[in-house]
Amino acid sequence: MDFLESLDLPFVWAMLIAAAVLLYVLLDGFDLGIGILFPLIREERHRDLAMNSVAPIWDGNETWLVLGGGGLFAVFPLAYATLLPALYAPLLAMLLALVFRGVAFEFRWRTKRARWVWNVAFAGGSTIAAFSQGVALGAVLQGIDVVDRAYAGGWWDWLSPFSILTGAAVVVGYALLGATWLMLKTEGPLHDFANRVAWVTGVGTLALIGVVSLWTPFLHPQYFDRWLSFPAILFSGVVPVLVAAMTVVLFRGLATKRDLSPFLAANGLFVLCYIGIAISLYPNIVPPSISYRAAAAPDDSLLFLLVGTSVLLPIILIYTAYAYWVFRGKLDPDEGYH
Amino acid sequence: MIENADALLLARIQFAFTVSFHIIFPAFSIGLASYLAVLEGLWLWTRDQAYFSLFEYWKKIFAVAFGMGVVSGIVMSYQFGTNWSVFADKTGPILGPLMGYEVLSAFFLEAGFLGIMLFGLKRVGPNLHFLATLMVAIGTLFSAFWILSVNSWMQTPVGYAINDVGQFVAADWWAVVFNPSFPYRLVHMVLAAYLTTAFVVGGVGAWHLLRDRGNRQARVMFSMALWMAAIVAPIQIVAGDVHGLNTLEHQPAKVAAMEGHYDTQKGAPLILFGFPDDGEEVVHNKIEIPYLGSLILTHTLDGEIKGLKDWPKAERPPADIVFYSFRLMVGIGMLMAALGFWSLWCRNKGTLYDNRWLQRASVLMAPSGFVAVLAGWVTTEVGRQPYTVYGLLTTAESVAPIEAPAVRASLIAFVFVYFAVFGAGTFYLLRMMSKTPRSDQDWDIEGPTRAAGITPVTDPSGPQTHSQAGD
Repeated sequence: MDFLESLDLPFVWAMLIAAAVLLYVLLDGFDLGIGILFPLIREERHRDLAMNSVAPIWDGNETWLVLGGGGLFAVFPLAYATLLPALYAPLLAMLLALVFRGVAFEFRWRTKRARWVWNVAFAGGSTIAAFSQGVALGAVLQGIDVVDRAYAGGWWDWLSPFSILTGAAVVVGYALLGATWLMLKTEGPLHDFANRVAWVTGVGTLALIGVVSLWTPFLHPQYFDRWLSFPAILFSGVVPVLVAAMTVVLFRGLATKRDLSPFLAANGLFVLCYIGIAISLYPNIVPPSISYRAAAAPDDSLLFLLVGTSVLLPIILIYTAYAYWVFRGKLDPDEGYH
Repeated sequence: MIENADALLLARIQFAFTVSFHIIFPAFSIGLASYLAVLEGLWLWTRDQAYFSLFEYWKKIFAVAFGMGVVSGIVMSYQFGTNWSVFADKTGPILGPLMGYEVLSAFFLEAGFLGIMLFGLKRVGPNLHFLATLMVAIGTLFSAFWILSVNSWMQTPVGYAINDVGQFVAADWWAVVFNPSFPYRLVHMVLAAYLTTAFVVGGVGAWHLLRDRGNRQARVMFSMALWMAAIVAPIQIVAGDVHGLNTLEHQPAKVAAMEGHYDTQKGAPLILFGFPDDGEEVVHNKIEIPYLGSLILTHTLDGEIKGLKDWPKAERPPADIVFYSFRLMVGIGMLMAALGFWSLWCRNKGTLYDNRWLQRASVLMAPSGFVAVLAGWVTTEVGRQPYTVYGLLTTAESVAPIEAPAVRASLIAFVFVYFAVFGAGTFYLLRMMSKTPRSDQDWDIEGPTRAAGITPVTDPSGPQTHSQAGD
């Protein structure tokens, strides 16, 4: 207790929420990616396999999204209260899309006649959810208009060429995560298919990362200073170098048909992009005007939740890891409860 | 506020619509998760394959219902911010951590072990699998604990202070979590979830008994469900009464609306039915029993009961909705208890599996729990109007600065999507329930088949439990 009280609570929570959102992106990214790739998978039994590869874990993955939203409400209520109205349309599109794709996991197995409906729901829902998340990211980066603790913009402010671009980048990036996950989980023709897709989406992801990265510094002077002024460039310049290194690992893994290294490299790319975004935004949680400190709930609330979190979060990580361990290895085409 | 009124009304309709759809699924899955844990426990204990068949039967139904609960629940966790951002900003420091605990202690637990429960029996063996089922069941109960604490604090806010930017902040966390109406609401809701599930299970059992009265699985589930009805329904009536007395203490205006009392009176009657009219402030065509209202609420014949006229019109809930929904809930509760007693009578005479009328009534009553849960929530949520935080923050002050067209468009989208998706889901659920429960889903406990390419998970406890069961 005394130790926790001595911490810089808003900072600790900013790091925790940032970590939760990152975990969400990495974990749900690949299972949304499976949905994005669904229309490209031709054979129905391969679709069964692809869906089964994430069926036991998707719900746990999506819970990190609830933690992101719920956590923001709990520890940065002002950010929650200004970001969510500002991102109204993309967030509601995301939620509705997640409804379709979430139920498809069960509904798809409950009908033969209407299976195609739930294939469409799964693919469309996953793609729209990913696109909406990317649009929301772009909308946050370009800035949220806040006056007097409330969102002061209109309900179309989120829409811009930049946010469309970030939306597309997330869709292609998740597809890459999904493809490398499939390589990890499958054998034979589906594995080869995933490898081909990973090449294409890998190139696409890197191209889109490049465009977004070149565009971002010109959105706001703060971003420009962080990335292109001296001496900041000495630190932030490390990020693109690491991206280049990940790129080498990714494509070498794909070329030598490795299973694990492409998946890890694709995840590494996401981590680096995420760090890049953090470098642009810090210390703002609602750019350009609200810092995480200004948005934080009173220390008392932060402490109350941190006490339990410091116990529960490690336990969650342990049993989440256990669930992944139980379902490790290549998929057996004959297994599955359906 | 006037230029906001339209968006406010739309936001309220949207919240009522989405939360009403949502509550249906947890009301079912809280009870069903516990039922699954009981079934698996009985299977492991008795080695009776009927329990395992039933477990597999209801597990698939649970998966569909739980999935719908998850996706409709994620919507709720974001809607506080999109549509009720002022509420979110002001109450975040208090309600946020409680919901944070719900996510951390309940949602992760459910989601983390759900995959193992649904797909993992062959991989982890029966004992660890049972643990996973228990974790899912405990997760649903933790979830109920926290979300009802949140709701109850909004109904009976205590242990708070208000800071310089107008936010509610906690002065005493213990008082916040265990606020005055929380224990009553928690018990009432968990019992309601158990009853809801019991009547669905009983109805499904009855449906299959009507077609084949020898079906072993149908007999087992029918009998288990009616034990629940006979025991829990009367307990629920007592719990509801105690909860009502607690409401009278903290939210007397709500009780006045529930009872249809406009005038404060001593020795108040119990109005069985009538048509409350907020404009004329009377109940038309009422049928009442003298003194019974005071007797129930104050436990004395001439106790004083406050009427709605004690509050300015702007601070009253709309009496008609609350009045009707309350009667609907209570009526169903009484019918549930009646069915429970009837089943005891038949059980005593040995005609439980043969009485066709009892089975037909059980089929008819299968969805009654859902109706009662919705009616109960309408009573308590409409009854606390015009406030979101009772007496402190009005609903009108809570709404987000969102333009009406945005709320209207999203409301229409929600209506279409929910009816399409959850309509299809309900259809699949009913189709699964109409499948005859068979005992051909045996699982050989001696040798779980190994999936190719998977490292075998040795299960040291397997043979041990086998010998323990003396099988």
